[in-house]
Amino acid sequence: MTAPFGRRLCEVAADQATGGYRIFSLLDREGPAPEPGQFYMLASERSWGEAAGRPFLPRAISVAEAAPAKKGVRLDFLVESVGPGTDRLCELEAGEGVWVTGPLGNSFSTPRQVNPDAAGAILVGGGIGIAPMAIWRRRLVERGIPLRVLLGFRNQEHSGGLDELFCAGGTLCPDVRLATDDGHAGHHGYVTDLLATMLTGDDAASAVVYSCGPPAMLEAVRALCSEHGVACELAMESPMACGFGACFGCAVPKVGGGYMRLCVDGPVVRGDAVTEVAHA
Amino acid sequence: MPDFCGIELAHPVINASGTYDAIAARRVFGDELLEDFPFSAFVSKTITPEPRAGNEPRRIWETPAGMINSIGLPNKGPEGFLAEDLPQLAELPVPLIVSVMATSREAFSRLVAAVEARDEVAAIELNVSCPNVHSGLIVGEQPSETEALMEALRPLTEKPLIVKLTPNVAAPEAVAVAAEAGGADAVSLINTLKASAIDPASGAPALAAGHGGLSGPAVRPIALQQLRAVAAVTEIPAIGMGGISTGADAAEFLAAGATLVAVGTESFRDPKAGLRIANELETEMYQASLRI
Repeated sequence: MTAPFGRRLCEVAADQATGGYRIFSLLDREGPAPEPGQFYMLASERSWGEAAGRPFLPRAISVAEAAPAKKGVRLDFLVESVGPGTDRLCELEAGEGVWVTGPLGNSFSTPRQVNPDAAGAILVGGGIGIAPMAIWRRRLVERGIPLRVLLGFRNQEHSGGLDELFCAGGTLCPDVRLATDDGHAGHHGYVTDLLATMLTGDDAASAVVYSCGPPAMLEAVRALCSEHGVACELAMESPMACGFGACFGCAVPKVGGGYMRLCVDGPVVRGDAVTEVAHA
Repeated sequence: MPDFCGIELAHPVINASGTYDAIAARRVFGDELLEDFPFSAFVSKTITPEPRAGNEPRRIWETPAGMINSIGLPNKGPEGFLAEDLPQLAELPVPLIVSVMATSREAFSRLVAAVEARDEVAAIELNVSCPNVHSGLIVGEQPSETEALMEALRPLTEKPLIVKLTPNVAAPEAVAVAAEAGGADAVSLINTLKASAIDPASGAPALAAGHGGLSGPAVRPIALQQLRAVAAVTEIPAIGMGGISTGADAAEFLAAGATLVAVGTESFRDPKAGLRIANELETEMYQASLRI
């Protein structure tokens, strides 16, 4: 499925604060429904690259959820204010316009596509990286694929999206376990502690791990999976100007030398395709 | 219908080299890309004598009204490009211009000869923003180096040769005059301006290469002045570029002496920007004709 050529103006249908982050919804009247793991390039119609100069480039944001709407597809995005672009996206209000290009990039593979013997999935999300895990979790549930979801947060101020994306009727979905750095909920420690325990289980090799989160967490997930011989797919992030292979900015080193462009060769990358997830 | 060195084009808007991968874009957007192809000619990424992986990340950094890049010319080399990419680029509905770069006249000559042999190629752009390994000088920064290179390459092809000028010199018009004297059919300008950024989080240079090239609307007034200076002293056509994002911007470059304009960074923000700018330009020119 290809994306419509060019950018299109979509309307903000809803926006709300969530645990230190923002969730906003766009009504996309033209594009196909996205696959889990795909992303969009977003820029507000107003106050973007105008007089002030920044933000100038559109921002690549993974889709957190998508649902049929009256006249198109409703796209949900989880954003954290970390710079001029995300600051502006966090200020979006219902009714204003957003320039949208996408859906872009590849998507997660089913466990059996990754490993013919795989029976289930383990999803590991951290911080703002829980977004693509939400749409992927729903798709796996719909397909009846057994799964466990491990989510990690620094603290309550960095736990946005949890209620909206992983709770039903005000209660955390039963397949979800939490880890927090400050111990305010779930396991007091890293989400990768939970993964490490899970991967020592007898049937771990029959799972496929899917992950999105900060680079240090992704590298820990990649290393753990490699150590236990478990296949994994990582949804990665890299500075990106265009999203469609034009700027060559989002280069990520690949196994065997050279670079891949994360926008067209990712953002979902097999753990054994990268040598190491670069992190500070 | 602009005529550029004998090549008839549907409108005056092309792409800047290295800012549009039409093969990747077709994978992303499908054949809709061909139906609404944004440019009237397509300029390839620069091909070098050997394949290059490109620079270590981080490669790009947003700046006020622009960006700095240090991509490092990743490309497959002439064998890979001519065998794998050129046949796919030939499916585009517009003439092809192939950009080449080398660090000696001999290597440049081999590249030009290899590209000359291909009928799919309408013109060749020479990226001279690189050192000559023999002299250590950046070819495009020296009128004498540029003229000598042109004299070496001119006999090798009948195809139009376009010299891409660097803006990182005191007098780009002197290099343009030398290119013309050496037999260039056209010049294109500007390439990116040498620039740096510091990552406020680390206090260190933001790009792994330390510095890169600035593009986007931030450079437009500089590009316009360099274009005026070049157009004033040369007879050959000029392709003007540097931060063009609207038809009104493009009209300014045409008024300053450009035959064609090229769009680069704006395509990152709007994949169809070339077509939008061409349409806006047509409206601009129509309105200008009514004012006369």
